[in-house]
Amino acid sequence: MKYAYFPGCSAESTARDLYLSTLTVAPALGIEFVEPAGWSCCGTTMAHQVDHDLSVSLAAANLLKVKDMGLEMVVSCASCYSRMKIANHEISTNLKTREKTAAALGRDYDGSVKVRHFVEIIIEDMGLAAFKKALKHSLSGLKVASYYGCLLVRPPEIASFDDPENPVYMDRLINAMGGVGLDWPHKVECCGGSLTLTRSDLVVKLSETIIAMAKDSGAQCMAVACPMCQINLDMRQDDILKATGHRYNMPILYITQLMGLCLGMSEQALGLNKLIISPQETLNFIR
Amino acid sequence: MPIRIKKEAVKRGIINRVKEISGIDINTCLQCKKCTNGCPVSGYTASSPSEVIKKLQLGAGEELLDSEIIWTCVSCATCFSRCPMEIDMARVMDALRVMAEETGAAKPDGNMPLMNKILLGTIKTFGRTYDLGAMALYKAGTASYMKDMDKVPMILKKGKIALLPSQGADKKIVKQIFNHLEKARKK
Repeated sequence: MKYAYFPGCSAESTARDLYLSTLTVAPALGIEFVEPAGWSCCGTTMAHQVDHDLSVSLAAANLLKVKDMGLEMVVSCASCYSRMKIANHEISTNLKTREKTAAALGRDYDGSVKVRHFVEIIIEDMGLAAFKKALKHSLSGLKVASYYGCLLVRPPEIASFDDPENPVYMDRLINAMGGVGLDWPHKVECCGGSLTLTRSDLVVKLSETIIAMAKDSGAQCMAVACPMCQINLDMRQDDILKATGHRYNMPILYITQLMGLCLGMSEQALGLNKLIISPQETLNFIR
Repeated sequence: MPIRIKKEAVKRGIINRVKEISGIDINTCLQCKKCTNGCPVSGYTASSPSEVIKKLQLGAGEELLDSEIIWTCVSCATCFSRCPMEIDMARVMDALRVMAEETGAAKPDGNMPLMNKILLGTIKTFGRTYDLGAMALYKAGTASYMKDMDKVPMILKKGKIALLPSQGADKKIVKQIFNHLEKARKK
């Protein structure tokens, strides 16, 4: 299974751990990734807030690179995933947008490159049976609240990721790893995302609502697939404590880190040292 | 006695410009308020998505562009996902942001427009975002040095932010896109 892997800017910075764990896990599952040379920013939130054409063109520049490679694009950042899919949708449904994008890029792009999330290719292409066979260890009953956030699942007609209101892809992976994927209500609530520096007061409130619900639902850790969700939920627990006196001590791991642990990868290789809330109690479950 | 409404007296406000930029027709709105009920921030703002639509329909003008909801909106698209009339409210919010910038509307708490400008600047220069540089410029621009200062040593120690800007991007194509669209906007 060979794919073009689009890391996204956060892979080199705030989500280095997501990048490291994804690249460590993929070969162990027989997945080959090739990075498109010279990949650039997808435009993320700020581009679409400022200029719609800019956001489509920035994403399309990368989609065009992948089209030349003749592969499907695999993304692990939820924001990149969303922007790539929206660009594809806009270009293939709106001729004017396609023409404007072609003018900006100097080349026509038809919106045809298939964009997938890492979690999707494991479930849809590899299959859970093969995934299970590759595992060396078990989460041995660890209760995990899978948190999907916004951009993987919305808007549903464009994202077309699993079920938009009650996604279970990550839960299926957790159950396959011997953990317990919890059925809980805040899977697709918003953590405050891009407001992280501008309105951290709101991010603290939104993140607490999510973490508190996970805890009430019995979660011993949370699994995420988005760099913004990870940093907000992990880094802001300290601010939640200061603002409300509530100490959650909830480890926020990337789903790829949990997979890596069950595949026998080292903590270093999975970037576990980068987590702010210590995952030690989670690690004690790995048998 | 019949009531006469002079056509000229009915102000259309900014609704048409919103439609022009976003391509979204908000006049199919039923005011069912599913958007507002699902909105993660409507409990923390003075306005809500369904209210913004109603205000636009009632002929609200540029004063709407000062409202904080435009910048407090997190673009999570819960509104669009749950709208029975499939109104892409997230896209409408983007159009309002563009108009707020065009008209020089009041800068909201946290100055998101400045953050956007700085981050896009790093993309234009390096082809990829440069978080640490953007953070420093944003703090200088908003004089908010103390806010979140405890986070900086922590994320540096954890290696959770890159010290230097990335060098691997195809900067040529990114610059070309920015320059082309800046020119197109001026036209």
